[in-house]
Amino acid sequence: MLSQHLAILPLLIPLFAALLQLFPWGNNPQFYRRIIGLVSCSLLIIVSVTLLLQVNSTTLVYAVGNWQAPYGIVLVVDRLAAMMVLLTALLALPVLIFGCYGEDNLGSHFHALFQFQLLGILGAFLTGDLFNLFVFFEVLLISSYALLMHGGGKQKLRATLHYVLLNLAGSALFLISLGILYGITGTLNMADMAMKVSTLTGDDAAIARSGGLLLLIVSGLKAALLPLYFWLPQAYATTTGTVAALFAIMTKVGIYAIIRVFTLIFGADAGLAAGLGYDWLWWLGLATLAVGGLGVLGSRDLRLAIAYLVVISVGTMLTTFSMGNDRAISGVLFYLLHSTLVTGALFLLADVIAAQRGKTASRIIKGRKLAQHAALGLLFFVAAITVIGMPPLSGFVSKLFILEAARTGAQVALLWPLVLFSTFLGMIALSRAGSRMFWHTLPGKPADISHPRGQLATIAVLLLGAIALTIFAQPVSDFTTAIADDLSQPERYIEAVLQLTGGDHE
Amino acid sequence: MYLALMVALPFLGAIAPLLVRHHSRRTISYAAGAVAVVSLLLLGYLTPSVLAGEVPQFLATWLPQLGLHVAFRLDGLSLLFAALILGIGLLIIIYAHFYLSQHDDAGRFYACLLLFMGSMLGIVTADNLILLWFFWELTSISSFLLIGFWFHQSNARRGARMALAITGAGGLALLAGILLIGNIAGSYQLDAVFAAADAIRAHSLYVPALLLVLIGAFTKSAQFPFQFWLPHAMAAPTPVSAYLHSATMVKAGIFLLARLFPVLGGTFEWFTIVTLVGLATMLFGAYFALLKNDLKGLLAFSTISHLGLITMLLGLGTHGALLAALFHILNHATFKAGLFMIAGIIDHETGSRDLRKLGGLRKAMPMTMWLAMITSAAMAGVPLLNGFLSKEMFFTEAYQQHLFGGLSWFIPVLVTLGAMLSVAYSIRFVYDVFFDKAHELPKQPHEPPIMMRVPVLILAALCITVGIAPMIMVSGFLTPALTSVAGADAEVYIALWHGFNLPLLMSVLALLGGIIIYLQRTELFNFNRQFDIRDAKDVFAGIVSRVTRFCDNLMQRIETGSLQRYMAALFILVLVFVIPELMNISALTGSRPQLDVDAISLSGAIILMAAAFGAVIFHRQRLTSLLMLSVVGLMVSLVFIQFSAPDLAMTQLVVEVVSILLMILALFFMPQRIPRSSTGGRVARDILIAGFVGGVVGSITFALLTRPFSSISDYFLANSVPGGGGTNVVNVILVDFRGFDTLGEITVLAIAAAGIHKLLNNLRPFMPSGDVDGRAWHQVKHPMMLQTISQLVLPLALMVSMYIFLRGHNLPGGGFIAGLVTAAAMILQYMANGVDWVKERFNYNYQSLAAIGVLIASLTGVGSWLFGANFLTSWFTYLDWPIVGKFEIATAILFDLGVYLTVIGATLMILANFGQMTTRHRPRQEGH
Repeated sequence: MLSQHLAILPLLIPLFAALLQLFPWGNNPQFYRRIIGLVSCSLLIIVSVTLLLQVNSTTLVYAVGNWQAPYGIVLVVDRLAAMMVLLTALLALPVLIFGCYGEDNLGSHFHALFQFQLLGILGAFLTGDLFNLFVFFEVLLISSYALLMHGGGKQKLRATLHYVLLNLAGSALFLISLGILYGITGTLNMADMAMKVSTLTGDDAAIARSGGLLLLIVSGLKAALLPLYFWLPQAYATTTGTVAALFAIMTKVGIYAIIRVFTLIFGADAGLAAGLGYDWLWWLGLATLAVGGLGVLGSRDLRLAIAYLVVISVGTMLTTFSMGNDRAISGVLFYLLHSTLVTGALFLLADVIAAQRGKTASRIIKGRKLAQHAALGLLFFVAAITVIGMPPLSGFVSKLFILEAARTGAQVALLWPLVLFSTFLGMIALSRAGSRMFWHTLPGKPADISHPRGQLATIAVLLLGAIALTIFAQPVSDFTTAIADDLSQPERYIEAVLQLTGGDHE
Repeated sequence: MYLALMVALPFLGAIAPLLVRHHSRRTISYAAGAVAVVSLLLLGYLTPSVLAGEVPQFLATWLPQLGLHVAFRLDGLSLLFAALILGIGLLIIIYAHFYLSQHDDAGRFYACLLLFMGSMLGIVTADNLILLWFFWELTSISSFLLIGFWFHQSNARRGARMALAITGAGGLALLAGILLIGNIAGSYQLDAVFAAADAIRAHSLYVPALLLVLIGAFTKSAQFPFQFWLPHAMAAPTPVSAYLHSATMVKAGIFLLARLFPVLGGTFEWFTIVTLVGLATMLFGAYFALLKNDLKGLLAFSTISHLGLITMLLGLGTHGALLAALFHILNHATFKAGLFMIAGIIDHETGSRDLRKLGGLRKAMPMTMWLAMITSAAMAGVPLLNGFLSKEMFFTEAYQQHLFGGLSWFIPVLVTLGAMLSVAYSIRFVYDVFFDKAHELPKQPHEPPIMMRVPVLILAALCITVGIAPMIMVSGFLTPALTSVAGADAEVYIALWHGFNLPLLMSVLALLGGIIIYLQRTELFNFNRQFDIRDAKDVFAGIVSRVTRFCDNLMQRIETGSLQRYMAALFILVLVFVIPELMNISALTGSRPQLDVDAISLSGAIILMAAAFGAVIFHRQRLTSLLMLSVVGLMVSLVFIQFSAPDLAMTQLVVEVVSILLMILALFFMPQRIPRSSTGGRVARDILIAGFVGGVVGSITFALLTRPFSSISDYFLANSVPGGGGTNVVNVILVDFRGFDTLGEITVLAIAAAGIHKLLNNLRPFMPSGDVDGRAWHQVKHPMMLQTISQLVLPLALMVSMYIFLRGHNLPGGGFIAGLVTAAAMILQYMANGVDWVKERFNYNYQSLAAIGVLIASLTGVGSWLFGANFLTSWFTYLDWPIVGKFEIATAILFDLGVYLTVIGATLMILANFGQMTTRHRPRQEGH
């Protein structure tokens, strides 16, 4: 019975887990909530692996309420969606385990919100309906508002306020955009809309284009594209490590939305609306990359530096995506996998480092010795060289993919220097940070705060992901290439979604 | 296979010293040594075939898509370097065993050293350019760890960071260069690249590619103007310096030049840049080597100088020059490794490396003295030692070139000058340490342990034997190496004696001049004192901190932390994106026939607009503004009624009531003082942005509304009754067609409630005791009238909500509206009677209520599975009940019940939390 409903399981698992976690659960609620959360995340991994195996042969389409597309809401699991779901699941479990070592006690409802957050993210990846995408954006946003405040404190509240208000404006724009697109095409199903958009003429096309561009802004806000990224650095740098690590996937939701919408609806086949926004993405992406580089170098706090590394990664991905060729898109997806896992690991690590350093926290200044100096130093070293894109781990592979994707002279002349230069800035900044935090320690006894091995192991597990990405780079890139191929032929997606006409879904 | 194993072994073996790090030093050293020995044996196993002219290769695909393979080759050039790396590496491991103190973490040291050794082996044996780069960056990283080994010293930290920054940056340039080359050649495999050599040299991107590769090579090999990082890398333990700066790290750049010579070499650009950079580096290094008072500093600059020499030879690029370059690579590695080890011995046994403090050690360390004399004589180019031979060949090449036309004579002259300086600092190394007069030293000097000298002894012996019998000792090695650089049929001939000729004269001049310069060195020191040469470390640190500060300041200007600016950026982007599109529209008004404007609609619209303006104008008087906002909301619900959307109107109405009430509650906690008004410019900016955004959205809306419209809604109208079992299409859409959206939205509500609870739980806001003008709140908190009425209203309201709920599927109503009506009635109870009063009578956990609501809705969805249908598939039937008559049973009502409960639970939870904040007694709920 379950196999028939496989496509919706990634949503129902966190939903039910979160609802159960909301109940009071007697005297020791945290115990039960942890169990529920861990079970949910483990199940998610199993389900997403199963999904990934299935979608290689066929795209799964699940009509919720048995109302077929384009009238009802459909969930569509193609390769891209399956990959994103798996990535989310792989990130979520280690991060949750890390959180279960005490960070979940810093405020109420952590576990339920964590699951709700997953629900929103996964829903955004799975849905084939634009309004439903909006709903899941709301689910993920409202949980992220609450999660960002986890642990309390003035700074967090301020950063959260910025995040909330900017995103509320974003949600309003999303609705306006939906109104425009629905008003022109009369449909909300993405596949159906793609077909309708491609046949638009004259003024209708122009109106649809403005709707599409608003959608680009909304997704760009989520992805943290310049000049919409302002909410990110402070929000990521002030929140707790667990939340920041989970948020490693959040900007990717925006990137996913851009990739999905601007290949399917406004891709090469979109008639008068073809190639909408690609030029903007190219230039704004490059600017994002540059600003991220400056930010990394200027950061006086490790967490802030990592946040700017996220900004760099966003710039890199969107610029590369805008080149539009198959290799570029495949490269973006590979980079996305890499950057999510490593950023997650780094945020967790920064949290541990900050805790062990005590007063100096994650500020990049000399401080006392860490209790687990060697282990943390090693983890930081590995994570740092991976994230800036030095060999031997996944960072350099994804960087190579990105560089190789640049085809024309103009692309090479702008993308290469910026990517390489931002790598250089990252190298300077992180070597400085590492040197100050691990080498330039004050004499005297190390801190007496040490972290359980299991907690550190979660960081190592995420980094193992980076190692696996390097070793199995070819199979992974075969898969991302297949995705890029799918995306360049949106008719595959459209056929898969719309071929079902009425009747029972098998 | 053996080849790959040879390269992989040091990487795998790097774990060995770490595994035994808690054992004795001897065990650790043996573990490290064993790794090197096995690798060396593997190399030895492969050597005969290389010498016979074969090129063992290994190929395993890794990333064919990128053209990146795990591909190794062992040609002559690789063999030469691999032998140096492993051979000297082994000696260094032995030496380091005695050098490191008990406090040093030998496990970490050897692990890093082996990683470095493996990376170097990888560079020299890589058969794929990207793989070469891969190992290239690994040497940067592992050398960072080695240079920073004594990280408690500021010098070591800063030296390591500088080395990483410079060589790392060079590595990135190299990567770009390699990618260019690979794109031209169509492959990164060396054979293919070699085959495409002519095409590459003729390509328009040749010069950029060459420059990028050269930046990589020059940074690594510390060539002018990138030489400054190398002396500061001397902060590393001496074994590291001996290894990195004799045989390995810095030779990587040289290796790259030699490796790519068949591809990039031989052009005018190559010749000019490489030769001149080499020459400048040679002179620069030699001059500063003489001036250094630190033993290792002297050796560092002499290394720079000798690397310059080799670079220059590679630049010249003739057959003889290439041979001389390869030969000198070998020679320099032997004598320089020995010299570094001697410097380490001296440092180790006397506690000082300062040439001004050292002196007269010949009595205490006679053996060391002899070794120092042999190796530095080799460095100076004294006959019968290996250094002499390669230097003589160098002179010949420098003399024979005619590449600068009439000014070609500059080169031999400058080269001789460099050689003189080289002799001078070699003399200084020996004389100032072992002769001269003795000084007070931190430690009583004595000879080091025998095994510490053995590695030096081996190297010194090599200097002599190679110097006397070069053809026997090294021609076998050099022939295949030269073949791989210069092409087929390379011939190696090294003679001890060429007769009396100009190169010999240059050698003699160099020796004599060197002695004179040494004797007159105080003049030179005085001369140099005029220059205020700043420490490169400080300069580097200064630049980094200045740039950091600059970036920090810049970022603070970009990110001011002002939400208004961020919002402005967002909306300006909207305008920038959308306006060009709208300007392309020919006619905003579509073809749809328009309704007439009646007086009621017009006045409604005017009120709506006036209220909207009012909300903005009075935004500093929060309550007024809020009231204006509620007018807008009410007008909107009237609009819904006018256009026959009773469901929407009802929803809008109750949402308006509940949300305005909650906002008024929230206002209580807002600061009462009115914020300062914005400057005129700001206001103007905001008006402009807001006006334009409003105009744009309005235009689009107008354009849409005036256009004919066909959509999926016709399907909903047609299928509402047959498919959804309800005549109220809006409700059927909410609970059936798009029930999944509704499920999402009630989840949002539940999350919002939990989130607000989370926020308020930890918040201790200021609670004003009076209004803006300081008047205290009224003493009677709960007026009697309100109390009475509210209690009367409650049952009525509940009944109404029940009615609305039940009829929802067919007539305007439904769970959402019903929930809000119930919630509004409950809110009234709270307002009229206070939190505590309600709590006494109705103490239910709202959070659970909201969760139960969503749970019911979700379970309704899952229930469909039992019937083999998809999630949320609805089912309905009509029953004939005795008294009631025909009655519909639909799963949708169950779903709607979930909606109803969630709305009540979430709304009341938010309210109760607000209310709770105002009561004095607030049990803190932590961790739940």
